[in-house]
Amino acid sequence: MAVSTDHNSKFADYAHPERLVSTEWLAGHLNVGAVGNRDLVVLESDEDVLLYDTGHIPGAVKVDWHLDLNDAVTRDYVDGERFAQVLGERGIDRDTTVVIYGDKSNWWAAYALWVFTLFGHEDVRLLDGGRAKWVAEGRELTRDVPAQTAVGYPVVERNDSPIRAFKDDVLAHIGQPMVDVRSPGEFSGELLHMPDYPQEGAMRGGHIPGARSVPWARAAAEDGTFKGRAELEAIYLTEQELTPTDDIVAYCRIGERSSHTWFVLTHLLGFDSVRNYDGSWTEWGNAVRVPIEVGAK
Amino acid sequence: MIDGRANGGRANGGRANGGHMTEGRVAEDPASIPLPAALAEIAVDFLAMSARDRLTLLLDFSDELPELPERYVGHAELLERVDECQSPLFLVVEVERDATVHRFFQAPPEAPTTRGFAGILREGLDGLTVGEVLAVPDDAPYRFGLGEAVSPLRLRGMVAMLGRIKRQVRSKST
Repeated sequence: MAVSTDHNSKFADYAHPERLVSTEWLAGHLNVGAVGNRDLVVLESDEDVLLYDTGHIPGAVKVDWHLDLNDAVTRDYVDGERFAQVLGERGIDRDTTVVIYGDKSNWWAAYALWVFTLFGHEDVRLLDGGRAKWVAEGRELTRDVPAQTAVGYPVVERNDSPIRAFKDDVLAHIGQPMVDVRSPGEFSGELLHMPDYPQEGAMRGGHIPGARSVPWARAAAEDGTFKGRAELEAIYLTEQELTPTDDIVAYCRIGERSSHTWFVLTHLLGFDSVRNYDGSWTEWGNAVRVPIEVGAK
Repeated sequence: MIDGRANGGRANGGRANGGHMTEGRVAEDPASIPLPAALAEIAVDFLAMSARDRLTLLLDFSDELPELPERYVGHAELLERVDECQSPLFLVVEVERDATVHRFFQAPPEAPTTRGFAGILREGLDGLTVGEVLAVPDDAPYRFGLGEAVSPLRLRGMVAMLGRIKRQVRSKST
């Protein structure tokens, strides 16, 4: 790790405390000028592509989940060459500590972190509480875009299989633990998208047979930070009876909310084998002759 | 805080002289119905810029989107919600006796892209009559070169806004 971990007492309880930093930690590193060099780069990843431009954490650089991390033609992530370009342009090399934050309780930040993990970028962390917490604490924002010195990031081939599930994997996985992190209305089949979002994108409503409904937001506190380890264990271990050695698939609509849950299970609770099904409901709910269950249970 | 428009925004984007180029630009595609003059001028400005500067200009539109008039504040029931936008947007259309159309929008600061789309339609349709608004081509949102700047996926919200404005104009002018 290029930069020391945040020895926050809340984080110490998690399986991998080094995966989170607090707003205090980041503000401290900003104060001593430790952000924006090769050791530490801060990235903002939002749903709204312009939000960064309205004001962001000083020294932070924008990464857009859609324009930078998704392939422009195929429904897939970028390849190793494009990923190397995206990171290199942002002054990130293979050993850089990357801290990601974003809007919507860090959905898109967790999504970016998960994509970074597909490429095996080792030291990538989330800012606990994301953009909203930084703003709520009245910390500094700027529209000043830092001048980034491009560096050479190696071309690394993605390694999808440990943390990414495809439709056929999910078909084969039916009967084993699966977590549907969408809202209850989407799970039951009443809604095809989150409440308050456009109802589009799938021909059928419902969930993958056998999936448990554990909306992602249950892992988040009101201020957008992650709940403490004991509270998370009460949900996923006690209530849902999952165990850290289970082979688990998580999904939502396009894989962004389930990245949040993937982060919780993998890095905060230390589960060994969690895969995110990024095709999620926009693939499953449109696929021909795949099994679907409807109803709340 | 440094104002984003310093690098290529409207202040030095050359919009003032853009109007006379409008017809030539639009006529390049014979299949297109022309945009009304103000909207065409905005399109020319966007198309003259790099994708990065287009975002800056879109942010200007977001920043400059006026607050709702007093008569609508606290009256959510008078506003139409545009569900197709990723973030909540509300709009209302007024049609005057002389058939001039006015549009008002409300979207939160956390949704600058949506606000920017609304700002383009507010300024680009300013002072038009019912007939002129209804004649705006439905593909207008795709003529600003914003697909490569914000992705075509996100432009659907603007298509929906335009569709709902036209629907309100139709129902309020008959």
